[in-house]
Amino acid sequence: MTAAREAVAGVVDPELRVVTIDELGILRAVDTDDRGHVTVTITPTYTGCPAMDVIRADIGAALRAAGHADHEVRTVFAPAWSTDWISPGGREKLAAAGVAPPGPTRPVALSLAVRCTNCGSPDTEQLSRFGSTACKALWRCRACGEPFDAMKAY
Amino acid sequence: MTTVDYVLRLGDDALVTAQRLGAWYAAGPEMEEDVALANIALDQLGAARLLLTYAGELEGAGRDEDALAYQRGPADFRNCRLVEQPEPDFGVVIAKLLLLSAFQLPCYEALAGAGDERLSAIAGKARKESAYHLDHATLWTLRLGDGTDESHQRMQASFDTLWPFVDGLFAGDDGGPVDPAELRKAWTSTVEDVLGRATLTVPAPVAEPTGERTHLVELLAEMQQLHRAHPGARW
Repeated sequence: MTAAREAVAGVVDPELRVVTIDELGILRAVDTDDRGHVTVTITPTYTGCPAMDVIRADIGAALRAAGHADHEVRTVFAPAWSTDWISPGGREKLAAAGVAPPGPTRPVALSLAVRCTNCGSPDTEQLSRFGSTACKALWRCRACGEPFDAMKAY
Repeated sequence: MTTVDYVLRLGDDALVTAQRLGAWYAAGPEMEEDVALANIALDQLGAARLLLTYAGELEGAGRDEDALAYQRGPADFRNCRLVEQPEPDFGVVIAKLLLLSAFQLPCYEALAGAGDERLSAIAGKARKESAYHLDHATLWTLRLGDGTDESHQRMQASFDTLWPFVDGLFAGDDGGPVDPAELRKAWTSTVEDVLGRATLTVPAPVAEPTGERTHLVELLAEMQQLHRAHPGARW
């Protein structure tokens, strides 16, 4: 029987398949009580994120596969998820997969360039503030011409 | 103590908005806009689901989000009339989004810090999304209002058409932690600033028309059709 935490932490995000829900900061807690009942606490990125149902099902499947048939998945909203919770490792994986990781949501003294995920150039422009999923925006590199997704700082 | 009607009102505003915006998918002026409007519709739908679920729990009659969305008639919807107005022109979509998000943003911000723990958690998430909606509506209002003669005229006509319904945003405090009337000052300041920069005129106050809510009747007929034809159907 694999530890419940380990099994759940390995579940990948269905829309950003290179990162796990742990790396994204969606996974809040995995608690196992004396009788072996596992309670997983997750939080959605966006209120209307359609991936949440798939994530709940994938967590259930991962726990069953690891020998934890007795489990439940709870969803909490507060404190609200922020892109600041994405781990450094998660950010690297996103960039490698062509999704520019988000900048910090706290105020910064100057605006930070979004680097092209293809050539690394900071000479990029935003085509649309909305992208292929709720959490992304559409960008283009002026240097190499490559369009790419960027995760919104949120 | 938060009342069922108070939460329904917030949820119905979001639900009706999601339904209207959904109709624009693949009908926007450019592909990026189709994606943007669909994303905004999804945010509104997400907020609506959480709010209707909460309203159902407060009511305590066993109704879930689907029962409240699909099994209530027009007379039981609590949304303001602004959101149900038809959108025959892209200008109306943008004008309505500006007027609504300039209300939703301060509303969610106030709710996030108010006494109802559940509303506070929902609003804490929704306000970040509302900020994006307001930003998006502002950019388009500036671009079209301060654009060509044609775009200016259509943007102005859109605000004129919707103006009789703005009072409804602040009407009826049904008993909740934030009185909508108190948000009017913040709303006015946002809207007047954007319209001014867009070279548009803030319309004079007009009384809300009375009479049958035929637009809502038609909207719900379309939205609820599948559920009514196949009760309890699931994917």
